[in-house]
Amino acid sequence: MKIIVPIKQVPETSNVKMDPETGTVIRAGVETVVNPLDLYALETALVLKERFGGTVTVLSMGPPQAVKALKEAVAMGCDEAVLVSDRKFGGSDTWATSYTLAQSIKKIGGYDLIIAGERATDGDTSQVGPGIASWLDLPVATYVAKIESAEDKAIVVERLVEDGYQILSLPLPCLLTVVKEIAAPRLPTLDGKIRARQMQIPVFSTENMELDAAALGLKGSPTKVVKIDTPKVTRGGTVVKAGDDESIVTAVNELMTFLEAKGIL
Amino acid sequence: MSFVWTIAEQHNGKLRDVSFELLARGRKLADKLDTKLASVLIGDKVSEQSMQQLIQRGADEVYSIQDPRLENFICESYAKVLTTLIKTYKPSIVLAAATSSGRTLMPYLAIKVNAGLTADCTELDIEEGTGNLLQTRPAIGGNIMATIKTPDHRPQMATVRPKSSRPLAEDKTRAGKIIAVPVTADMLDGRVKVLGYRKDVTDFVNVEEADIVIAGGKGLKKGDNFIIIRKLADSFKGVVGASREAVDRGWIGYPHQIGLSGKTISPKLYIGVGISGSIQHLAGIKTSEIIVSINSDPDASLHKVADFGIVGDAFQILPEIQRRMDKRNGGAK
Ligand SMILES: Cc1cc2nc3c(=O)[nH]c(=O)nc-3n(C[C@H](O)[C@H](O)[C@H](O)COP(=O)(O)OP(=O)(O)OC[C@H]3O[C@@H](n4cnc5c(N)ncnc54)[C@H](O)[C@@H]3O)c2cc1C
Ligand SMILES: Nc1ncnc2c1ncn2[C@@H]1O[C@H](COP(=O)(O)O)[C@@H](O)[C@H]1O
Repeated sequence: MKIIVPIKQVPETSNVKMDPETGTVIRAGVETVVNPLDLYALETALVLKERFGGTVTVLSMGPPQAVKALKEAVAMGCDEAVLVSDRKFGGSDTWATSYTLAQSIKKIGGYDLIIAGERATDGDTSQVGPGIASWLDLPVATYVAKIESAEDKAIVVERLVEDGYQILSLPLPCLLTVVKEIAAPRLPTLDGKIRARQMQIPVFSTENMELDAAALGLKGSPTKVVKIDTPKVTRGGTVVKAGDDESIVTAVNELMTFLEAKGIL
Repeated sequence: MSFVWTIAEQHNGKLRDVSFELLARGRKLADKLDTKLASVLIGDKVSEQSMQQLIQRGADEVYSIQDPRLENFICESYAKVLTTLIKTYKPSIVLAAATSSGRTLMPYLAIKVNAGLTADCTELDIEEGTGNLLQTRPAIGGNIMATIKTPDHRPQMATVRPKSSRPLAEDKTRAGKIIAVPVTADMLDGRVKVLGYRKDVTDFVNVEEADIVIAGGKGLKKGDNFIIIRKLADSFKGVVGASREAVDRGWIGYPHQIGLSGKTISPKLYIGVGISGSIQHLAGIKTSEIIVSINSDPDASLHKVADFGIVGDAFQILPEIQRRMDKRNGGAK
């Protein structure tokens, strides 16, 4: 089984800092990591590989520094890595990103399964996975929490939906996006780290890929960001202390009055 | 005249609340654009009465696409149906709910119809002059609000967070048109099969569509103590949420988890109990209408974003709240 896992390099979330002047995210000096939700995709792929044999190819579109994310994935056990990088890809929205990734996946070719993360913690859209599937006209299952069975031609999965778990059977090749419940990601191994350090990672760009120039980057993106606001972080709420019996009663009284005033009770 | 469309959601033939929330959003946009609002309902054997409900809640027209093979959500088939409809009727705006199906269908569809799509919007408006849709959404864990438009592509597509808007009141006098669209073979995609549904009845919730969520964290000390939260949530007619710490310790199931690697919620009321308010947890609750925090640590981050916080021991405070709720609910329970 040949599995492809698209991963994104994102700023470390607990360190997100905002520029109070411009309301934009300060990226300089912020540590980057593999999108934490992509670790579940990587783990799922590695488990399937262990069970059925085959290879896992990890793919990331981003600036040259995204090689670091790819090497981390190799250190976890992925066999091959591809960096998709070109200045012309800059500013891509999910439409253009999924197009570029889909073209890269076509170039890699020969795959049985694509496993993406549920969502990237910076872009936060959950759109790139299904988008890739649509460009490649593959069947898709999102929010996959469990793989029931996998065979040569089909895979049976449970996806987490509003009413429980929907059980689907999909023919291969197909695309899955997975949630945290599916697996606990492994750590990189020493051997893996050594392999990653030595690995030469090929770069896909406009020079060596079949691409429609009109579908790339900021220019090729249908959606345009026109404004960024920073909502107030604190709500300036009331905080009351409750220690002894009396203050507990008073605090709860205040809470109930507050909820009544807000029309909740 | 290009219409505004909403994608209605049904399960087992019954409309979901998000269908009405979307109509409230769509109605406002259609009025501003001086156009009509249509709701698209894909499913099987959905009653005439349900379709009338869509009209009574704001739709001018309902496109009804009914077929046994469309009973359950299957992304590929639903996308084919909608691609056909969009090419025929050319709506200017298509809104769907940011649910497990909406978030799957819309990005798949956006590629097929060559349209832009904005995820998880909490505000929608029409730009003066151009008539373009202004789509506002939280990004980077709710730290910023980005306003996005799609000037050169039609339709303009967006998903809307459940619970981020309230349905319009039912208006029994509203009249509208129901258009049954015949299903043709090219609208169906037989590749994916639904084998069934599984539900852990004892421990399953839909935190995203609840009005009230009471969430417990590591401060609850052990899994058994979630009983206190469950009971209180029942009294509030709400559901139980949890921090990742609580889920990872096996105190409660993953469907309850709220935050970066769990669910994002926008309820009327969120109460966090024994939850510190890590940036990852906050990412999931920032768009709640009211945030209440109960935590013994006066410096807990959750207190800082709360509309109302109580600094104290949850095991003393929750029973007191429970007593008040029992009294309000007529001493029952
Ligand atoms: C990539 C990534 C993704 C993550 N995703 C999520 C996510 O989706 N959701 C999530 O929640 N977390 C997530 N986390 C974890 C997050 O960083 C925190 O570890 C977690 O939210 C903490 O949970 P907690 O608030 O329950 O526990 P703690 O931070 O340990 O807080 C417990 C709180 O309980 C209080 N307390 C203790 N005793 C009492 C008492 N008797 N009465 C009242 N209060 C009491 C304490 O003062 C403390 O503030 C993620 C982390 C990472 C790195
Ligand atoms: N630039 C990228 N390179 C590779 N994979 C990506 C990229 N952006 C998004 N993805 C994949 O798509 C998923 C969803 O991302 P998003 O739609 O941005 O929330 C991620 O979890 C990744 O698996």
